[in-house]
Amino acid sequence: MIDFERVTKRFGSWTAVDTVSFTVAEGEFRVLIGPSGSGKSTVLRMINRLIPADEGTIRIDGEDIAALKPEALRRRMGYVIQSVGLFPHWTVERNIATVPGLLGWPKARIRDRVTELLELLNLDPRRYRGAFPHQLSGGQQQRVGVARALAAEPRILLMDEPFSALDPITRTSLQTELSAIHHRTGTTVVFVTHDMDEALRLGDSIAVMDHGRLIQCATPLEILTRPASPLVRDLVGREEWGLKRLAVETVGDRARRQESVTGEPLAAETPLHRALSEMVARGTERLPVVDGDGRPAGVLHLSDLVRPVPGGTASGGTA
Amino acid sequence: MTGTGMAPREFLTDRLMLGLVALVALVLGMPSLKPLFATLFPRLDRPLYEAESFVRLTLDHMALVGLSSLAAILLGGSAGIAVTRPWGREFRGLLETVATMGQTFPPVAVLALAVPVMGFGPEPALIALTLYALLPVVENMVAGLDGVPAPVLDAAHGLGMGSAEILFRVELPLAAPVILAGVRTAVIINVGTAAIASTVGAKTLGLPIIVGLNGSNQAYVIQGALIVAALAVVIDAGFDRLAGWLTRWSQR
Repeated sequence: MIDFERVTKRFGSWTAVDTVSFTVAEGEFRVLIGPSGSGKSTVLRMINRLIPADEGTIRIDGEDIAALKPEALRRRMGYVIQSVGLFPHWTVERNIATVPGLLGWPKARIRDRVTELLELLNLDPRRYRGAFPHQLSGGQQQRVGVARALAAEPRILLMDEPFSALDPITRTSLQTELSAIHHRTGTTVVFVTHDMDEALRLGDSIAVMDHGRLIQCATPLEILTRPASPLVRDLVGREEWGLKRLAVETVGDRARRQESVTGEPLAAETPLHRALSEMVARGTERLPVVDGDGRPAGVLHLSDLVRPVPGGTASGGTA
Repeated sequence: MTGTGMAPREFLTDRLMLGLVALVALVLGMPSLKPLFATLFPRLDRPLYEAESFVRLTLDHMALVGLSSLAAILLGGSAGIAVTRPWGREFRGLLETVATMGQTFPPVAVLALAVPVMGFGPEPALIALTLYALLPVVENMVAGLDGVPAPVLDAAHGLGMGSAEILFRVELPLAAPVILAGVRTAVIINVGTAAIASTVGAKTLGLPIIVGLNGSNQAYVIQGALIVAALAVVIDAGFDRLAGWLTRWSQR
């Protein structure tokens, strides 16, 4: 658990972070979003004390981080940055082994862990273990960057715009993999981005920052349907609002459980905008749904997608 | 890359080996060249410098260059590291000024100033050469450390490396090619400058040159200069080889 209590950071006369308080629960995926200079990266870098707070208290699992040795604190957390920062003179294996090495893990355990992580991030260990960073594509480098951050099984993963420099296809696949890793490991993630689609897609909760202040901290659905300020509404954008709205709910949320219909079924965790796309592609208004074990879980109707729900429209709750 | 990379490497190997062969042959075989110098300079009574053996002079020359370069690397290197740390940043301008002054000061002037204090012998020469070699070492140490990419340092800190680990495992290895280039410049400069040190009584390969210049004995000058040149070629070729090894990881 990460706890910010009235935290302030100034650089000269500029207040980068202004009395910010929030809590990230154990296992939560928290996205920090905001325009450039909003203080989101500063907040992230204060969690591992790369930037010291001027005022206020930051606690990890109840412990004030100001009382901890910075190196020891950082070794407990993963850290991924946009420009990756792999050590260019080290092989992929040695890069990933950085923190386990610092923690004094036995060699055999480090080796097994490297293999496991390379497989987790879809890099063939035989091919990439001994490669140097400059031999990899940008997407592969960031995969190694994520593997390096996860190496010592951190409880907290800090990510500063990790996928912003990648092409859209690579970005999407890394987002999917990160989601899967988060679900599997239950690691607490704090993820900085300026891309609202990425935030809506990945976050359990989204904290919107502007001029060093926390404007709104809410679930993706609330950010879409009840934006706390014009800035939040601008960040979400008017364009394709309806599709974004559908994207934050899954097929399982709206399916009619008692019904059944034939056809190629959709998984219950499929986002609704994908279901809509499927309906258009297949020319049908009804799709069968199956649960995680492949058992029938009802039918989704086209009308279910436009069924009014509380705060379900673009103008709803904007007061 | 490997195919085209091999050809220059073989050439370098040759340059080093050829230089070494020439150097050893000149140092050991100079006395047997006496008839040649007698033919070339028939008016000279003594066509071969025989006051000291060329082996002795070469070893002393190398010792003086080695010691002064080592002192410059230790002094300049640690100063360069210090001014790139957060606590030493303020002294960066001062250090660069001092190092530049060390270089602009003619070595002869340093020798002249050092002799009254330290007397004749190798000591004033050591001081002058050390000062002279400082600038390239300091400059390249600072440039090399400055050139380490900021994201790499950010990641190193963020992963929880300590400052000593970052310096020795990340910064110095990444800066090594640039640092080595500075050391190379310093050593090569000193191979030449050490010859001048003979004016204050240090026994170097400059001795036959200076004695020869004073006594209008061109044969002495050529004998000293040939070995200095061969020594410079060998050391330069050696550094070339070292630089090749150092940067191999980036050329694979």
